Amino acid sequence: MAIKADLVIIGGGPAGMSAAVAAYDAGIRDIIILERDKSLGGILRQCIHNGFGLHRFKEELTGPEYAYRYEMQVREKNIPFKLNTMVLDITSDKVVTAMNSEDGLFQIEAKSIILAMGCRERSKGALNIAGYRPAGIFTAGTAQKFVNIDGYMPGREVVILGSGDIGLIMARRMTLEGAKVKAVCELMPYSGGLARNIEQCLNDFNIPLHLSHTVVEVHGKERVTGVTIAKVDERRKPIPETRQFIECDTLLLSVGLLPENELTKCADIALDRITGGAVVDQNRQTEIEGVFACGNVLHVHDLVDYVSEESEIAGKAAAEYILGNKKPATDINLVTDGKVRYTVPQKISAEENVTVYFRVADVYRDVAIVVRDGENVLINKKKQKVAPGEMEAITITAEMIKNLEGKTLSFSIEQKEGK
Amino acid sequence: MIRELTCIVCPKGCQLKVELDGKKVVSVEGYTCKRGLAYAESECVAPMRTLTTTAPVEGGGVVPVKTNKPVPKELLFECMAEVNKARVPADAKLGEVVIENILGTGADVVTTRNVKI
Amino acid sequence: MFDIVIIGAGVVGGLVAETLAKYDKKVCILDKASDVAMGATRANSAIVHAGFDAKEGSLKAQLNVRGSVLMEDVCRRLGVKYQNNEALVVGFENERAEVEALYERGVKNGVQGLRVIEKDEMLALEPNLNPELACALLATTSSIVCPYELCLAAIGNAMDNGVELTLDFEVTSIEKADGKYIIKSADGRKVEATYVINSAGLYSDEIAKMTGDGDFTVNARRGEYMLLDKDCGTFTQRTIFHTPTKMGKGILISPTVDGNLLVGPTSVDIDDKEDNSTTAEGFATLFAKSAENVANLPFNKVITSFCGLRSTGSTGDFIIKERDGVITLGGIESPGLSSAPAIAEYVENILNGLGALGEKKASFKAERKPAHYFRELSMEEKNEIIKKDPAYGRIVCRCEGITEGEIVEALTTNPCARDLDGVKRRTRSGMGRCQGGFCSPTVVELIAKERNIPFESVTKFGKGSIINYGKTKGDN
Repeated sequence: MAIKADLVIIGGGPAGMSAAVAAYDAGIRDIIILERDKSLGGILRQCIHNGFGLHRFKEELTGPEYAYRYEMQVREKNIPFKLNTMVLDITSDKVVTAMNSEDGLFQIEAKSIILAMGCRERSKGALNIAGYRPAGIFTAGTAQKFVNIDGYMPGREVVILGSGDIGLIMARRMTLEGAKVKAVCELMPYSGGLARNIEQCLNDFNIPLHLSHTVVEVHGKERVTGVTIAKVDERRKPIPETRQFIECDTLLLSVGLLPENELTKCADIALDRITGGAVVDQNRQTEIEGVFACGNVLHVHDLVDYVSEESEIAGKAAAEYILGNKKPATDINLVTDGKVRYTVPQKISAEENVTVYFRVADVYRDVAIVVRDGENVLINKKKQKVAPGEMEAITITAEMIKNLEGKTLSFSIEQKEGK
Repeated sequence: MIRELTCIVCPKGCQLKVELDGKKVVSVEGYTCKRGLAYAESECVAPMRTLTTTAPVEGGGVVPVKTNKPVPKELLFECMAEVNKARVPADAKLGEVVIENILGTGADVVTTRNVKI
Repeated sequence: MFDIVIIGAGVVGGLVAETLAKYDKKVCILDKASDVAMGATRANSAIVHAGFDAKEGSLKAQLNVRGSVLMEDVCRRLGVKYQNNEALVVGFENERAEVEALYERGVKNGVQGLRVIEKDEMLALEPNLNPELACALLATTSSIVCPYELCLAAIGNAMDNGVELTLDFEVTSIEKADGKYIIKSADGRKVEATYVINSAGLYSDEIAKMTGDGDFTVNARRGEYMLLDKDCGTFTQRTIFHTPTKMGKGILISPTVDGNLLVGPTSVDIDDKEDNSTTAEGFATLFAKSAENVANLPFNKVITSFCGLRSTGSTGDFIIKERDGVITLGGIESPGLSSAPAIAEYVENILNGLGALGEKKASFKAERKPAHYFRELSMEEKNEIIKKDPAYGRIVCRCEGITEGEIVEALTTNPCARDLDGVKRRTRSGMGRCQGGFCSPTVVELIAKERNIPFESVTKFGKGSIINYGKTKGDN
């Protein structure tokens, strides 16, 4: 026998909690958050470094502190949540199947669902690194959990592949705990992490960052004994003459994050090929009415502040949907030129101001972000530098698009005039 | 002398140019907020960092902690050693002081979550 | 003192042990690794070949065809996943003669259900095949199993029926004295037995030398594989081979019983019997060769790559012989998995011929609960179990949906898992698309608790494969 609920939120991390609070504030009480871990907070629990909350709270918090602010709100408002609860399936008619040790397998018929499952790290499998498969190869996040939550050292001499933020943060973390981080290799000619993290996580500790380098071979039959790195050419192919052996016992991988959309697929919800998350409108509603998505399950964010912001939109919209308030049709499609890789949302309405988030495909300097309605330029925003590691945001006002010629807005990166 | 820095105050990561006369800051370019200006000045004179790490809990396990204000960068490893010697009570709440005025820096080491979850 | 000692806990040794467990004899399996199924059984193509490939009249042909017939029932009895997914051996127009020759050979070998089909039928069966291909041999008896699942179940059932298993026992000498064999290990342990069965895979030649038989050698042949996400599990329904070369059956593409897609193996003779490393050249070969058979294989969906070593014997055929109470099973390369149930039967016959086995015991339990039974249960049945043991309500591995209860079971069911990879092979925890990123810390914790060892003593696969170097700080 299925239980009923107005709103089921899948995931009790920053996205799920923000969405829950926003839905509550919009008048919804029959909410249930389903969280697979043993406490609320999601991945922030292991992100013990600071730098969270500058936008939201105007102060610099650590991950656990940021999460706790939302957890307190959830608790104060008595929003129900179930911990250690894994959602196994959702259907397009909004039946959620979940399991935990107290309730066993159970189903909830929801009026509305918010998907807030977060993301996972790309694993070593996709990299096809030659060599053995010894112990000592971890994703940066797995190592982070071992060190910060379990209190164990997964390595002493470390090479990190990938300069994503988690990799950079772990370079510092392992160093502070007494490990020697010998190198960070980045396949691309630029880092995927924030500039401040290169500065305070690598430069502070004299950890070399090798751009346009990759790990081509892992050595060691039982535990890693070293890695061979090599420089790559413009087509990202390793150059054999540049092979170089580095002795180490650990290889950490920080080679990208992927939205975790297995459940989204269960409900046959269309995904965006680029983001790996659902296609959504400005309310973060997926193509199934009443099913919303927010946070890293929708697209990978670099700042949790933006996750909270986005999740509030989803939470509020879910509340409106449950209360039966009609939202304006979202019939304007946002398209990109490839230099702008994607936008979230992908569809908007002409009746509200909307902030559009996007990422670019490469590092571009002295360019303009251009938004067009056909030939007509609506926005031309100059930027000194845009980079794939940093999410951009641009606001489109209802005023700008009230008299659109077409039903499509195009986003592009263009050289400034005269350049 | 001109020193180029990446500001670490916020995720923007502004590129700063600091003109120095010995250890004295003459001018700063490239900052976009007051905190950035302050960072540039302090970074060239006496660089400071907030330490985030874990501290051992009485009876086993670890709990995340931080210094509640930045400490001199060159003291990071010494601070680590101090924190590792501490023992946080198993019932400590978020914000509880683990070490007061660590190494005379004026910063306290505080927990950043409840030990018990 | 044992009646029979089996050296090598792979799928061949395992099925031999399970067969001998029916008799009232003291049997022991030895292996140098810290778990069973760590040699060729750990990493191979997982195919139950129909039997058209081996040369007519060879032992390989005889045992392959017989093994393929026996396999389905063995799997049913041991609760091992088995899927009769059929196979296609595809060829271009200039390879038509070879496709037809395979058909002829299969018929001579006594293989049922073979047919040569033309392009249209072939593409109708498998739309993702390369449309340049001309024809194919369809083998309707070809099937897939998971080789280590079969090995684990066979050894588990043998142990439940009284067979002993001794791991980390690297045999360094075998001597005969007073009518019994004394087998010594590298670390000074000693086991005695009347009969010895050498199913030591890659090392079967070295074990044979210790028993005074030096007339064959076994070489390692490297085979690299890539495993693709379950998204791609139906890319082909059948196992797709290309017409074979002298180095083997070429690079196949096959679904696995667990719903992934497997591509491989490469085939390179190497000198080092321990060198199961993958190579950049190997990956390049897999990309290039698989493209001959199918169009647009989604290589961006690779979740892991690995390498297995085949035991290639110097005679070209399986080397099975008995001398003075020692039965040697040498050079058991492909189709070794397919032949394994028949090899076990063959060994049983030899031992019976020697009068070594006597009567079967009445207490033998032939049926085994599948290791993956929990996943097959209905919601109500699962809830019954969770009520009794809440650990079955806690999912540890998100990608494959494996519960704590199932992991604890793997740590407490014969042959008990002892390390991270052991849990992975038994439960699939860590085998999904995140490759253990999320679950491995929890699994390490469960292993430490269940085995009552410190967290940092838990290994990936025994010996020096340590995962953690101890606590970062704090008290012990």
